[in-house]
Amino acid sequence: MTSQVDSPAGPAALGEQRVPGKEIKRLDRVVIRFAGDSGDGMQLTGDRFTSETASFGNDLSTLPNFPAEIRAPAGTLPGVSSFQLHFADHDILTPGDEPDVLVAMNPAALKANVGDLPRGAEIIVNTDEFTKRALAKVGYAADPLGDDSLAAYRVHPVPLTTLTVEALKEFGLSRKESERSKNMFALGLLSWMYHRPTGGTESFLRTKFAKNPKVAEANVAAFHAGWNFGETTEDFAVAYEIAPATAAFPPGTYRNISGNLALSYGLIAAGVQAKLPLYLGSYPITPASDILHELSRHKNFDVRTFQAEDEIAGIGAALGAAFGGALAVTTTSGPGVALKSETIGLAVSQELPLLIVDIQRGGPSTGLPTKTEQADLLQAMYGRNGEAPVPIVAPATPGDCFTAALEAARIALTYRTPVFLLSDGYLANGSEPWRVPEAAELPDLTVEFATAPNHEAADGTAEFWPYLRDPHTLARPWAVPGTPGLEHRIGGIEKQDGTGNISYDPANHDLMVRTRQAKIDGIAVPDLEVDDPDGAARTLVVGWGSTYGPITAAVRRVRKGGHRVAQAHLRNLNPFPANLEHVLKSYDKVIVPEMNLGQLAHLLRAKYLVDARSYNQVTGLPFKAEQLADVIVAITAEATEENADV
Amino acid sequence: MSETTALPASLSALSLVPKSATRQTAKDFKSDQEVRWCPGCGDYAILAAVQGFLPELGLARENVVWISGIGCSSRFPYYMNTYGMHSIHGRAPAIATGLATSRRDLSVWVVTGDGDALSIGGNHLIHALRRNVNLKILLFNNRIYGLTKGQYSPTSEVGKITKSTPMGSLDAPFNPLSLAIGAEATFVARTLDSDRKHLTSVLRQAAAHPGTALVEIYQNCNIFNDGAFDALKDRDSAQEALIPLEHGRPIRFGADGGRGVLRDPATGELRVVDVTPDNEAALLVHDAHAASPATAFALSRIADPDTLHHTPIGVLRDVERPVYDTQMSQQLDTAVEQHGRGDLSSLLAGNDTWTVVG
Ligand code: SF4
Repeated sequence: MTSQVDSPAGPAALGEQRVPGKEIKRLDRVVIRFAGDSGDGMQLTGDRFTSETASFGNDLSTLPNFPAEIRAPAGTLPGVSSFQLHFADHDILTPGDEPDVLVAMNPAALKANVGDLPRGAEIIVNTDEFTKRALAKVGYAADPLGDDSLAAYRVHPVPLTTLTVEALKEFGLSRKESERSKNMFALGLLSWMYHRPTGGTESFLRTKFAKNPKVAEANVAAFHAGWNFGETTEDFAVAYEIAPATAAFPPGTYRNISGNLALSYGLIAAGVQAKLPLYLGSYPITPASDILHELSRHKNFDVRTFQAEDEIAGIGAALGAAFGGALAVTTTSGPGVALKSETIGLAVSQELPLLIVDIQRGGPSTGLPTKTEQADLLQAMYGRNGEAPVPIVAPATPGDCFTAALEAARIALTYRTPVFLLSDGYLANGSEPWRVPEAAELPDLTVEFATAPNHEAADGTAEFWPYLRDPHTLARPWAVPGTPGLEHRIGGIEKQDGTGNISYDPANHDLMVRTRQAKIDGIAVPDLEVDDPDGAARTLVVGWGSTYGPITAAVRRVRKGGHRVAQAHLRNLNPFPANLEHVLKSYDKVIVPEMNLGQLAHLLRAKYLVDARSYNQVTGLPFKAEQLADVIVAITAEATEENADV
Repeated sequence: MSETTALPASLSALSLVPKSATRQTAKDFKSDQEVRWCPGCGDYAILAAVQGFLPELGLARENVVWISGIGCSSRFPYYMNTYGMHSIHGRAPAIATGLATSRRDLSVWVVTGDGDALSIGGNHLIHALRRNVNLKILLFNNRIYGLTKGQYSPTSEVGKITKSTPMGSLDAPFNPLSLAIGAEATFVARTLDSDRKHLTSVLRQAAAHPGTALVEIYQNCNIFNDGAFDALKDRDSAQEALIPLEHGRPIRFGADGGRGVLRDPATGELRVVDVTPDNEAALLVHDAHAASPATAFALSRIADPDTLHHTPIGVLRDVERPVYDTQMSQQLDTAVEQHGRGDLSSLLAGNDTWTVVG
C-alpha cells in the first residue's frame, strides 16, 4: 500500500532546499505541545501544524486545551492556552500522554506545562518573554533558563519575538503588529524540525488575511524565517522525519476533522439522507457553539439555524419544527440539557423525532466549560420527570461524530423519539484524519409522513388516530400540518392509546408508560463487538464515548506486556446492545474506565448484576494510556491470582 | 402623523397559506372533543368567536395550527378541528416560532394566558414580539391563576387576596400592552371576551398583520376572579371606561362622545378630557400605523389596572417591519444563489484532502 500526498499544500518546496550537513533522525511518533498566552495564537498554530501533518499522511490526534476566559490576563498561569498534537507513522489513538517537545511562548506557558514533560524532552522557549516581571508574575524566583532547574530537558532558548520583528523589518509594520507573527515563526521552526509540507500554511495565511495582503505576507515571511532559522542555526542540529502512516489507513480520500465539525456534517448528511429540511434551535454554549456556527454556514443545504433567546426556546423551536416535519436538532452542553429537560419530556410524550446534542463538559453547574467530562450520562438517561426513556448514542472519536449523528437521526426518525447524542469537549475540539465517506455509503433515512386516515370509526367513516402504532417499531404516525384529513392535537397530557385523546384512565396510563418504554427498549441496535484476539482473556474493559482512544491505546500496551485483556466499546447506551449481558458475563472481571464517578458502571451493575469495577478520572482531561494500562494490568493480575487460587 | 402604506396586508400575512376549496362554517373548526372549561367561563365566548371568524379567512383547515402552553386557556387547541399542540408552561411562543419559521405555508396561532405568557413564559413572549415571526398570539388575561386554583398572577392588582397572598399581593402588575410595545411588537391590540363583534374585528386585523400580533383578551374567570372586568362590561360604567380606538379617528368615548384623549402640550403626555368646542379639534387622532411607538405606549398607559377606568380597546399599534420567517427563507434562497444547492460530497471532502491508494 502506498500513500500519496495529494493536498493543495503539496510537498514542501522549502524542504527541498534542506542544507546538507544537518542530521536527520527517523522517528515513529512525536508528541508536540504548543503553549502560550491565550492571545498568542496557539490554537491557530496547532491547527496549522495539524493540517500540515494530516496532508503529509501521518496518523494524528490532537488535544486543544484553553481557558474559559476569552483573554485571561496576559502572562498568568490561568491564561495559558495549549495545543497538543500526537503524530506517527502508524495508527495512533490518543493525543499522547507526555509531550516530547514543548514550545513555551512565555514563562507562564513553561511553568504550566513543564510538569507534564518526561526527562529528555525538548523545550523551545521564547527567551524574549523571560523578563523579570514576567517571571515574577508566575512566581519564578530565579530565571529557570539561568539555573539548572531544566537540566533534565534539552532546552533551546530562542528569542522568538526579536527574530520575528527583525524578519519583518521591511514590511513597515509597528513593533506590536510584527510581534503578533511570532507564532508563525514558531510554526516555521517546528515545521522545519519535523519536515512538514508548508504550502498549505502559506495559502491558508493568504486566504485568512486576504483583506490585508501586507499582514498576509508578513505572516508568511515570519513562517519562512522560522523555517530558515532552524535550518541555519547550530542549536538545532537535528531534524526529524516521521514517515506517512501508510499502513494505518485503508484506501480512500482523507481529511483532518474535529469532532464538532464531523458532528455538524453528520447532521447535514442526515437531513440530506432523510430528504428533510434540517432545523437547529440552539443557544450559544461552550463547547457546543461551533455546531451552531458551522450549520449556519450551510443554508444552501436547506438548513435553518435559529439562535434562540435561551436553551428552552432553542429546543422549543426545534420541537415546533419537528411537528412541522423537519429533522430537528438542538445543540447544547450539560447546563443546557438541565434547562431543556421539560421539553425533552414533552417530546417523549408527543413522540416526535428530535436530536439533542450534548457536548459534555466538566460539571456540576458551570463547572469547567472548556474541559471534558462524561458526567451527563445519567442526566441523559434519567434527567426528566416521570418515566421518560430517551435513546442515547455516543461517538467514540472525532471522526466518529459524523457516523453517530447519522445513527442518532436514524433512531429518532424511525422510532419518532427524541434521541441524545453525547459527545464531549475532548471529541469536540480534538481532531484526527477521517476517511471521507462516499455518498453511497451513507444510510437511507427516508421517512414517510402519514398521508391518509388509519382507522375506521364505528360508523364506518375513516379517521386518523395519531397514536395508532406501527406494530414492529411501535412508532406512531408522523402526520404533519398541511396534510388534509389528518388534523389532530397532541400535547403533554397523557393520551389515550390509539386516539391520542386526553385520558386520565389509570389502566391506560399504565399501558402508555409501558408502551413508551417498550418502544425504546425495542430499538434495533447493532450487537456489541468484542476485541478479544485469542478469546482467552478473563478481563474485559468496557468503555463508552471519547475514552475509546485512551482505552484502546492502553489495551494495546497491556497486550504488548504479555497480558490478555478483552475490550468492548459501547456506542448505544440506551438501549444497550442485546448481547451486552452475555458479553459481560463471559468475563471474570469487568473494568469500566470513565471520566465521571462511575455512571456507566452504575447502569451495568443495576441492569445486569455484574461486578463492574469503575476506574474514574474527573480532571477535565482525557485519560492517559499509560496510567490506564497500569490499572488494567493490576486488575488483570488480580484476576489471574484468583483463578490460580481456585 | 405617518403615512399609512396601503399594502394588501391580508395577502402578505397569509399569502403562502393554501386556501380552502369549499366554503367553511364555524362547525368545520369544531373538534369532536368535549369542551371542559367551567360553565360560564369567558373562554367559551372566545372559542365561539374564533370558530365563527376563521371561515372568513378561507384557509385550508389543515394549514391552520393552534399552539398553547399550560393553563385553562391552553386547552383551546383541543377544541379546534385543526392541527394543534398543547405544550408546556410558557413555551408556546418558542415552539410556534420553530413551526412558523420552518413552515411558511401555515397559519400559526398561539393561545396563552397571563400566567403562561407573562410569568413563566415572559422571556419567550418578548423575544417572539421583537423577532416579528408570523405568529398570532391570543393572550387570555383573567388576572388570576385558574388551573392551579386561584393564586394571583402577574396582571393581578396590587393587594390581591388569594390563597398564596392571604394578606394581599405585593407585586406591581404588568400592563401587557405596555410590555409588548416595549418589546418592539408590531401589532398590539386589546379586546373583551364578551364583545364578540369587537373581538372578531380585532382578530381579523391580527390575522391580516404580517409578523407577530399580540391580542390581549380580557377574559372572565367566573370561578376565581369573577367580575374582574365588570367595570368594562356593565352598560353604564363601560361607556365611561372603555376607550375604543379606530385608526384615523379622533379618540372619543363616553356618553355622546363627551370624553376624549388629548395630548398635553406641556408634558407630551396623554390625558382624558371632557370634550369642549375649544379642544375638539385638538383631540388625538389615533394612528395605529405610526412608526414611533411613543403614542401607542402612552395610550397603553392610560389604562388604570386597578380601577379599569379608561381602558383603551382596539388596535393600539399595527406597523410593518420585516418578518423573521420571510427573511430566514430569503437567506436560504440567497445561499443557494451564491453557492448553488448544497452538494454533500464536496462539503464532506472540503478542500484539504489526501488520498491513500490500496
Ligand atoms: S378556572 Fe376560571 S379560567 Fe379556568 S376554566 Fe374555570 S372559569 Fe375558566
